[in-house]
Amino acid sequence: MATTTEDPGPPDAAGADPMRPAPFRVARRVVETHDAFTLWLESVNGPGGFSFQPGQFNMLYAFGAGEVPVSMSGPPGAVKQAVHTIRAVGPVTQTLRRLKRGDVVGLRGPFGSAWPVSLAEGSDVVLVAGGIGLAPLRPALYHLLAHRERYGRVVLLFGARTPRDILFAREIETWRGRFDADVEVVVDRAAPGWHGLVGVVTTLVPRAHFDPHNTVAFVCGPEIMMTFTVRALAHRGVVPARTWVSLERNMKCAVGFCGHCQLGPTFICKDGPVYRWDRVAPLLGVREL
Amino acid sequence: MQTLEPILAQLPLFQGMKPEHLKLIAGCASNARFDAGQFIGKQGEPADKFWIVRQGRVALEIHAPGRGALTIMTVAENEVLGWSWLLPPHQWHFDAYALTATRAIALDGKCLRGKFASDHELGYELMSRFSQLIVQRLEATNLQLLDLYGDHD
Repeated sequence: MATTTEDPGPPDAAGADPMRPAPFRVARRVVETHDAFTLWLESVNGPGGFSFQPGQFNMLYAFGAGEVPVSMSGPPGAVKQAVHTIRAVGPVTQTLRRLKRGDVVGLRGPFGSAWPVSLAEGSDVVLVAGGIGLAPLRPALYHLLAHRERYGRVVLLFGARTPRDILFAREIETWRGRFDADVEVVVDRAAPGWHGLVGVVTTLVPRAHFDPHNTVAFVCGPEIMMTFTVRALAHRGVVPARTWVSLERNMKCAVGFCGHCQLGPTFICKDGPVYRWDRVAPLLGVREL
Repeated sequence: MQTLEPILAQLPLFQGMKPEHLKLIAGCASNARFDAGQFIGKQGEPADKFWIVRQGRVALEIHAPGRGALTIMTVAENEVLGWSWLLPPHQWHFDAYALTATRAIALDGKCLRGKFASDHELGYELMSRFSQLIVQRLEATNLQLLDLYGDHD
Protein backbone atom coordinates (compact mmCIF):
# COMPACT_ATOMS: atom_id res chain seq x y z
CA MET A 1 0.00 0.00 0.00
CA ALA A 2 1.23 3.47 -0.74
CA THR A 3 1.96 5.43 2.38
CA THR A 4 2.22 8.95 1.07
CA THR A 5 0.15 11.10 3.30
CA GLU A 6 -0.86 14.34 1.68
CA ASP A 7 -3.86 12.67 0.10
CA PRO A 8 -4.81 9.26 1.45
CA GLY A 9 -7.51 8.84 -1.16
CA PRO A 10 -11.21 8.26 -0.83
CA PRO A 11 -12.78 6.20 1.94
CA ASP A 12 -13.25 2.66 0.81
CA ALA A 13 -14.66 0.57 3.66
CA ALA A 14 -18.27 1.50 3.34
CA GLY A 15 -18.48 1.57 -0.43
CA ALA A 16 -19.44 4.50 -2.58
CA ASP A 17 -21.53 6.41 -0.08
CA PRO A 18 -19.30 7.71 2.71
CA MET A 19 -22.34 8.66 4.80
CA ARG A 20 -23.77 5.13 4.94
CA PRO A 21 -22.46 2.95 7.75
CA ALA A 22 -21.64 -0.66 6.97
CA PRO A 23 -22.41 -3.32 9.58
CA PHE A 24 -19.34 -4.64 11.38
CA ARG A 25 -19.32 -7.37 14.02
CA VAL A 26 -17.21 -7.39 17.17
CA ALA A 27 -14.75 -10.25 16.63
CA ARG A 28 -12.67 -9.60 19.71
CA ARG A 29 -12.65 -7.26 22.69
CA VAL A 30 -9.78 -6.56 25.08
CA VAL A 31 -9.79 -4.42 28.22
CA GLU A 32 -6.68 -2.20 28.08
CA THR A 33 -7.08 -0.10 31.24
CA HIS A 34 -9.83 0.75 33.73
CA ASP A 35 -11.47 3.00 31.10
CA ALA A 36 -9.97 1.99 27.74
CA PHE A 37 -10.67 -1.04 25.58
CA THR A 38 -9.89 -2.33 22.11
CA LEU A 39 -12.39 -3.72 19.62
CA TRP A 40 -11.56 -5.84 16.57
CA LEU A 41 -14.35 -5.36 14.04
CA GLU A 42 -14.99 -7.42 10.91
CA SER A 43 -17.45 -6.82 8.12
CA VAL A 44 -20.80 -8.59 8.39
CA ASN A 45 -21.11 -8.50 4.60
CA GLY A 46 -18.25 -10.86 3.89
CA PRO A 47 -14.54 -11.45 4.36
CA GLY A 48 -13.44 -8.57 2.12
CA GLY A 49 -11.00 -6.30 3.88
CA PHE A 50 -10.08 -2.67 3.47
CA SER A 51 -7.02 -0.53 3.56
CA PHE A 52 -6.02 2.36 5.80
CA GLN A 53 -3.02 4.50 6.60
CA PRO A 54 -1.62 5.21 10.07
CA GLY A 55 -3.45 8.10 11.70
CA GLN A 56 -6.74 7.71 9.83
CA PHE A 57 -10.04 7.22 11.63
CA ASN A 58 -13.42 5.56 11.24
CA MET A 59 -16.84 6.71 12.38
CA LEU A 60 -18.28 4.06 14.72
CA TYR A 61 -22.03 3.99 15.14
CA ALA A 62 -23.34 2.45 18.34
CA PHE A 63 -26.95 1.78 17.42
CA GLY A 64 -29.36 3.75 19.54
CA ALA A 65 -26.58 5.80 21.12
CA GLY A 66 -24.81 7.71 18.37
CA GLU A 67 -21.70 7.95 16.25
CA VAL A 68 -18.14 8.88 17.23
CA PRO A 69 -14.84 9.26 15.36
CA VAL A 70 -12.22 6.75 16.49
CA SER A 71 -8.70 6.39 15.16
CA MET A 72 -7.54 3.01 14.05
CA SER A 73 -4.96 1.50 16.36
CA GLY A 74 -3.97 -1.73 14.61
CA PRO A 75 -1.32 -2.53 12.01
CA PRO A 76 -1.86 -0.39 8.89
CA GLY A 77 -2.24 -1.46 5.28
CA ALA A 78 -4.66 -3.99 3.87
CA VAL A 79 -6.52 -5.49 6.80
CA LYS A 80 -9.51 -7.72 7.37
CA GLN A 81 -10.40 -6.26 10.76
CA ALA A 82 -10.67 -2.68 11.94
CA VAL A 83 -8.91 -2.31 15.28
CA HIS A 84 -10.03 0.54 17.51
CA THR A 85 -8.82 1.48 20.98
CA ILE A 86 -11.38 3.62 22.74
CA ARG A 87 -11.56 5.46 26.02
CA ALA A 88 -15.02 5.38 27.54
CA VAL A 89 -15.79 8.99 28.38
CA GLY A 90 -19.29 9.70 27.05
CA PRO A 91 -22.61 7.96 26.31
CA VAL A 92 -21.54 6.57 22.91
CA THR A 93 -18.16 5.28 24.03
CA GLN A 94 -19.76 3.86 27.19
CA THR A 95 -22.19 1.98 24.93
CA LEU A 96 -19.28 0.74 22.80
CA ARG A 97 -17.58 -0.48 25.98
CA ARG A 98 -20.58 -2.66 26.78
CA LEU A 99 -20.42 -4.45 23.41
CA LYS A 100 -19.70 -8.16 23.45
CA ARG A 101 -18.28 -10.49 20.87
CA GLY A 102 -20.80 -10.91 18.05
CA ASP A 103 -22.52 -7.56 18.60
CA VAL A 104 -22.83 -5.32 15.55
CA VAL A 105 -21.92 -1.65 15.06
CA GLY A 106 -22.06 0.64 12.06
CA LEU A 107 -18.76 1.71 10.54
CA ARG A 108 -17.87 4.41 8.02
CA GLY A 109 -14.35 5.09 6.86
CA PRO A 110 -11.46 5.24 6.82
CA PHE A 111 -11.28 9.03 6.74
CA GLY A 112 -8.72 11.76 7.03
CA SER A 113 -5.03 12.38 6.54
CA ALA A 114 -2.25 10.17 7.85
CA TRP A 115 1.11 10.29 9.60
CA PRO A 116 3.75 10.95 6.89
CA VAL A 117 5.69 7.75 7.38
CA SER A 118 7.11 7.83 3.83
CA LEU A 119 8.35 11.37 4.24
CA ALA A 120 10.10 10.32 7.44
CA GLU A 121 12.23 7.68 5.69
CA GLY A 122 15.93 8.27 6.26
CA SER A 123 15.26 10.32 9.39
CA ASP A 124 15.07 9.65 13.08
CA VAL A 125 11.43 9.44 14.08
CA VAL A 126 10.20 10.62 17.46
CA LEU A 127 6.66 9.72 18.47
CA VAL A 128 5.29 11.57 21.48
CA ALA A 129 1.97 10.38 22.86
CA GLY A 130 -0.15 11.53 25.75
CA GLY A 131 -2.94 9.39 27.23
CA ILE A 132 -5.23 7.80 24.65
CA GLY A 133 -3.10 9.61 22.01
CA LEU A 134 -0.95 6.52 21.87
CA ALA A 135 -3.73 4.68 20.01
CA PRO A 136 -3.61 6.80 16.81
CA LEU A 137 0.19 6.63 16.87
CA ARG A 138 0.41 2.87 17.25
CA PRO A 139 -0.21 2.13 13.53
CA ALA A 140 2.65 4.51 12.68
CA LEU A 141 4.91 2.71 15.15
CA TYR A 142 3.90 -0.65 13.67
CA HIS A 143 4.84 0.68 10.25
CA LEU A 144 8.21 2.03 11.44
CA LEU A 145 9.09 -1.24 13.14
CA ALA A 146 7.93 -3.31 10.16
CA HIS A 147 10.19 -1.27 7.85
CA ARG A 148 12.89 -0.63 10.43
CA GLU A 149 15.74 -0.43 7.89
CA ARG A 150 14.20 2.65 6.28
CA TYR A 151 14.49 4.81 9.39
CA GLY A 152 17.14 6.13 11.75
CA ARG A 153 16.44 6.04 15.44
CA VAL A 154 12.88 5.28 16.45
CA VAL A 155 11.86 6.85 19.75
CA LEU A 156 8.54 6.56 21.55
CA LEU A 157 7.86 8.92 24.46
CA PHE A 158 4.60 8.22 26.23
CA GLY A 159 2.95 10.07 29.08
CA ALA A 160 0.01 8.73 31.06
CA ARG A 161 -1.99 10.06 33.98
CA THR A 162 -1.10 7.29 36.44
CA PRO A 163 0.45 3.80 36.14
CA ARG A 164 -3.06 2.29 35.84
CA ASP A 165 -3.68 4.47 32.78
CA ILE A 166 -0.76 3.10 30.77
CA LEU A 167 -2.17 1.91 27.47
CA PHE A 168 -0.81 -1.23 25.76
CA ALA A 169 1.36 -1.88 28.83
CA ARG A 170 2.42 -5.37 27.77
CA GLU A 171 3.21 -4.28 24.24
CA ILE A 172 5.23 -1.34 25.53
CA GLU A 173 7.40 -3.83 27.42
CA THR A 174 7.92 -5.75 24.17
CA TRP A 175 8.91 -2.57 22.34
CA ARG A 176 11.26 -1.72 25.20
CA GLY A 177 12.92 -5.08 24.78
CA ARG A 178 13.89 -4.27 21.20
CA PHE A 179 17.40 -3.06 20.57
CA ASP A 180 16.29 -0.85 17.70
CA ALA A 181 13.75 1.35 19.48
CA ASP A 182 13.94 3.67 22.48
CA VAL A 183 10.82 3.69 24.60
CA GLU A 184 10.24 5.88 27.66
CA VAL A 185 7.10 6.06 29.76
CA VAL A 186 6.30 8.72 32.34
CA VAL A 187 3.25 9.22 34.53
CA ASP A 188 1.88 12.48 35.92
CA ARG A 189 1.38 10.95 39.36
CA ALA A 190 2.17 7.72 41.05
CA ALA A 191 1.37 5.94 44.25
CA PRO A 192 4.08 4.32 46.38
CA GLY A 193 5.56 1.27 44.69
CA TRP A 194 5.93 2.82 41.24
CA HIS A 195 9.58 2.75 40.24
CA GLY A 196 9.20 4.35 36.84
CA LEU A 197 9.46 8.00 35.84
CA VAL A 198 7.15 10.66 37.24
CA GLY A 199 6.58 14.00 35.50
CA VAL A 200 5.03 15.29 32.30
CA VAL A 201 5.80 13.85 28.89
CA THR A 202 7.55 17.04 27.76
CA THR A 203 10.33 16.31 30.27
CA LEU A 204 11.26 13.22 28.25
CA VAL A 205 12.12 15.26 25.16
CA PRO A 206 15.42 16.80 26.37
CA ARG A 207 16.80 13.44 27.48
CA ALA A 208 15.75 11.37 24.45
CA HIS A 209 18.42 10.21 22.02
CA PHE A 210 17.86 11.47 18.48
CA ASP A 211 19.46 13.83 16.00
CA PRO A 212 17.21 16.89 16.12
CA HIS A 213 18.44 18.16 12.77
CA ASN A 214 17.40 14.94 11.06
CA THR A 215 14.21 14.11 12.91
CA VAL A 216 10.56 13.89 12.04
CA ALA A 217 8.22 14.08 15.03
CA PHE A 218 4.66 12.78 15.34
CA VAL A 219 2.76 14.10 18.36
CA CYS A 220 -0.66 13.03 19.57
CA GLY A 221 -2.51 13.88 22.76
CA PRO A 222 -4.46 16.72 24.35
CA GLU A 223 -3.90 19.99 22.50
CA ILE A 224 -2.07 21.68 25.39
CA MET A 225 0.23 18.69 25.71
CA MET A 226 0.99 18.86 21.98
CA THR A 227 1.70 22.59 22.13
CA PHE A 228 4.22 22.17 24.94
CA THR A 229 5.72 19.07 23.36
CA VAL A 230 6.30 20.86 20.06
CA ARG A 231 7.94 23.67 22.03
CA ALA A 232 10.24 21.17 23.76
CA LEU A 233 11.06 19.56 20.41
CA ALA A 234 11.79 22.97 18.89
CA HIS A 235 14.07 23.73 21.85
CA ARG A 236 16.02 20.60 20.90
CA GLY A 237 16.18 21.80 17.28
CA VAL A 238 13.35 19.88 15.60
CA VAL A 239 11.82 22.38 13.17
CA PRO A 240 8.02 22.86 13.12
CA ALA A 241 7.93 21.92 9.42
CA ARG A 242 9.09 18.41 10.39
CA THR A 243 6.65 18.08 13.28
CA TRP A 244 3.17 16.62 12.80
CA VAL A 245 0.24 16.57 15.17
CA SER A 246 -3.18 14.93 15.19
CA LEU A 247 -6.07 17.25 16.06
CA GLU A 248 -9.44 16.38 17.47
CA ARG A 249 -12.64 18.38 17.16
CA ASN A 250 -16.35 17.69 17.05
CA MET A 251 -16.39 15.49 13.94
CA LYS A 252 -19.84 14.50 12.69
CA CYS A 253 -20.06 13.84 8.96
CA ALA A 254 -16.33 13.03 8.51
CA VAL A 255 -16.34 14.22 4.90
CA GLY A 256 -16.33 18.02 5.26
CA PHE A 257 -20.05 18.63 4.67
CA CYS A 258 -21.41 19.62 8.04
CA GLY A 259 -18.73 22.03 9.26
CA HIS A 260 -18.82 20.88 12.89
CA CYS A 261 -15.08 20.31 12.93
CA GLN A 262 -14.13 23.42 11.00
CA LEU A 263 -11.02 25.17 12.27
CA GLY A 264 -10.61 28.40 10.34
CA PRO A 265 -10.20 27.46 6.68
CA THR A 266 -9.73 23.74 7.34
CA PHE A 267 -12.03 20.83 8.11
CA ILE A 268 -10.30 18.50 10.53
CA CYS A 269 -12.26 15.43 9.39
CA LYS A 270 -11.28 15.91 5.75
CA ASP A 271 -8.00 17.87 5.74
CA GLY A 272 -6.83 16.40 9.07
CA PRO A 273 -6.70 14.99 11.61
CA VAL A 274 -2.94 14.86 10.96
CA TYR A 275 -1.43 18.25 10.19
CA ARG A 276 2.04 19.69 9.83
CA TRP A 277 2.52 21.84 12.90
CA ASP A 278 3.55 25.06 11.17
CA ARG A 279 0.40 24.95 9.03
CA VAL A 280 -2.01 24.60 11.90
CA ALA A 281 -0.26 26.31 14.83
CA PRO A 282 -1.49 29.84 13.93
CA LEU A 283 -5.08 28.57 14.04
CA LEU A 284 -4.72 26.94 17.43
CA GLY A 285 -3.71 30.24 18.97
CA VAL A 286 -7.01 31.88 17.96
CA ARG A 287 -9.49 31.62 20.83
CA GLU A 288 -12.49 32.39 18.64
CA LEU A 289 -11.85 29.25 16.56
CA MET B 1 44.88 13.70 39.30
CA GLN B 2 42.10 13.90 36.70
CA THR B 3 39.53 16.56 37.50
CA LEU B 4 35.81 16.49 36.74
CA GLU B 5 36.12 19.51 34.44
CA PRO B 6 35.88 17.60 31.12
CA ILE B 7 32.83 15.69 32.38
CA LEU B 8 31.14 18.87 33.62
CA ALA B 9 31.70 20.51 30.24
CA GLN B 10 29.62 17.77 28.60
CA LEU B 11 26.64 18.13 30.93
CA PRO B 12 23.64 20.09 29.63
CA LEU B 13 23.68 22.43 32.64
CA PHE B 14 27.21 23.60 31.95
CA GLN B 15 27.34 23.44 28.16
CA GLY B 16 28.91 26.53 26.57
CA MET B 17 30.33 27.77 29.84
CA LYS B 18 33.68 29.59 29.90
CA PRO B 19 36.63 27.29 30.74
CA GLU B 20 37.68 29.48 33.68
CA HIS B 21 34.18 29.16 35.16
CA LEU B 22 34.16 25.41 34.63
CA LYS B 23 37.47 25.21 36.44
CA LEU B 24 36.03 27.07 39.41
CA ILE B 25 32.95 24.83 39.46
CA ALA B 26 35.05 21.68 39.18
CA GLY B 27 36.83 22.78 42.37
CA CYS B 28 33.49 22.28 44.18
CA ALA B 29 32.61 18.97 42.47
CA SER B 30 33.03 15.37 43.56
CA ASN B 31 31.71 11.96 42.60
CA ALA B 32 28.84 10.47 44.57
CA ARG B 33 27.13 7.12 44.68
CA PHE B 34 23.84 6.03 46.24
CA ASP B 35 22.35 2.60 46.75
CA ALA B 36 18.78 1.91 45.69
CA GLY B 37 16.48 3.11 48.48
CA GLN B 38 19.08 5.41 50.02
CA PHE B 39 17.88 8.90 51.00
CA ILE B 40 19.88 11.73 49.46
CA GLY B 41 18.06 14.53 51.25
CA LYS B 42 15.11 14.92 53.57
CA GLN B 43 12.55 17.68 53.90
CA GLY B 44 13.77 20.42 56.27
CA GLU B 45 17.38 19.28 56.27
CA PRO B 46 20.12 21.70 55.17
CA ALA B 47 20.50 21.79 51.38
CA ASP B 48 24.17 22.49 50.87
CA LYS B 49 24.64 20.47 47.70
CA PHE B 50 23.08 19.69 44.39
CA TRP B 51 23.68 16.72 42.14
CA ILE B 52 23.73 15.90 38.48
CA VAL B 53 22.63 12.33 37.95
CA ARG B 54 25.03 10.42 35.70
CA GLN B 55 23.34 7.04 35.94
CA GLY B 56 20.25 5.87 37.78
CA ARG B 57 17.06 7.47 38.90
CA VAL B 58 16.05 9.59 41.90
CA ALA B 59 12.53 10.26 43.20
CA LEU B 60 11.41 13.49 44.81
CA GLU B 61 8.69 12.75 47.32
CA ILE B 62 6.47 14.42 49.83
CA HIS B 63 4.83 12.53 52.65
CA ALA B 64 1.10 13.06 52.95
CA PRO B 65 -0.56 11.82 56.16
CA GLY B 66 -2.87 8.96 55.36
CA ARG B 67 -1.64 8.71 51.76
CA GLY B 68 1.98 7.78 52.27
CA ALA B 69 4.89 9.02 50.21
CA LEU B 70 3.79 10.70 46.97
CA THR B 71 6.30 10.99 44.17
CA ILE B 72 6.26 14.45 42.66
CA MET B 73 8.86 13.88 40.00
CA THR B 74 11.81 11.74 39.09
CA VAL B 75 15.27 12.89 38.10
CA ALA B 76 17.20 10.82 35.60
CA GLU B 77 20.45 10.81 33.61
CA ASN B 78 22.09 14.24 33.12
CA GLU B 79 19.35 16.01 35.07
CA VAL B 80 19.81 18.28 38.06
CA LEU B 81 18.70 17.28 41.53
CA GLY B 82 18.18 20.14 43.95
CA TRP B 83 18.15 23.91 43.71
CA SER B 84 17.44 24.75 47.35
CA TRP B 85 21.19 25.24 47.88
CA LEU B 86 20.91 28.43 45.79
CA LEU B 87 18.26 30.30 47.75
CA PRO B 88 17.71 30.91 51.47
CA PRO B 89 16.85 29.20 53.75
CA HIS B 90 18.92 26.51 51.96
CA GLN B 91 16.69 23.67 53.11
CA TRP B 92 15.26 20.66 51.31
CA HIS B 93 11.60 21.12 50.36
CA PHE B 94 11.06 17.44 49.58
CA ASP B 95 12.55 14.05 50.32
CA ALA B 96 14.89 12.68 47.66
CA TYR B 97 15.86 9.03 47.45
CA ALA B 98 17.54 6.81 44.92
CA LEU B 99 15.03 4.60 43.11
CA THR B 100 17.90 2.61 41.61
CA ALA B 101 21.63 2.45 42.26
CA THR B 102 22.68 5.95 41.26
CA ARG B 103 25.95 7.61 40.30
CA ALA B 104 26.06 11.39 40.37
CA ILE B 105 28.33 14.39 40.44
CA ALA B 106 27.86 16.28 43.68
CA LEU B 107 28.41 20.02 43.73
CA ASP B 108 29.03 21.74 47.02
CA GLY B 109 26.62 24.68 47.25
CA LYS B 110 28.46 26.44 50.07
CA CYS B 111 31.68 26.25 48.10
CA LEU B 112 29.94 27.67 44.99
CA ARG B 113 28.20 30.45 46.89
CA GLY B 114 31.58 31.47 48.25
CA LYS B 115 32.96 31.68 44.72
CA PHE B 116 29.95 33.71 43.54
CA ALA B 117 30.83 36.34 46.15
CA SER B 118 34.21 36.95 44.53
CA ASP B 119 33.20 36.22 40.93
CA HIS B 120 29.86 37.81 40.18
CA GLU B 121 29.95 36.78 36.53
CA LEU B 122 30.11 33.14 37.55
CA GLY B 123 27.23 33.75 39.97
CA TYR B 124 25.15 35.41 37.25
CA GLU B 125 25.91 32.61 34.79
CA LEU B 126 24.85 29.82 37.15
CA MET B 127 21.87 31.80 38.42
CA SER B 128 20.67 32.24 34.82
CA ARG B 129 21.00 28.54 34.12
CA PHE B 130 19.18 27.56 37.30
CA SER B 131 16.45 30.12 36.57
CA GLN B 132 15.81 28.33 33.27
CA LEU B 133 15.72 25.04 35.09
CA ILE B 134 13.28 26.37 37.69
CA VAL B 135 11.03 27.76 34.93
CA GLN B 136 11.05 24.37 33.18
CA ARG B 137 10.10 22.65 36.44
CA LEU B 138 7.35 25.23 37.08
CA GLU B 139 5.98 24.70 33.57
CA ALA B 140 6.00 20.94 34.08
CA THR B 141 4.22 21.37 37.41
CA ASN B 142 1.57 23.53 35.75
CA LEU B 143 0.96 20.83 33.16
CA GLN B 144 0.72 18.22 35.90
CA LEU B 145 -1.85 20.37 37.72
CA LEU B 146 -3.92 20.71 34.52
CA ASP B 147 -4.48 16.95 34.66
CA LEU B 148 -4.50 16.85 30.86
CA TYR B 149 -5.47 13.20 30.52
CA GLY B 150 -8.37 13.34 32.98
CA ASP B 151 -12.09 13.67 32.23
CA HIS B 152 -13.05 17.23 31.45
CA ASP B 153 -16.54 16.85 29.99
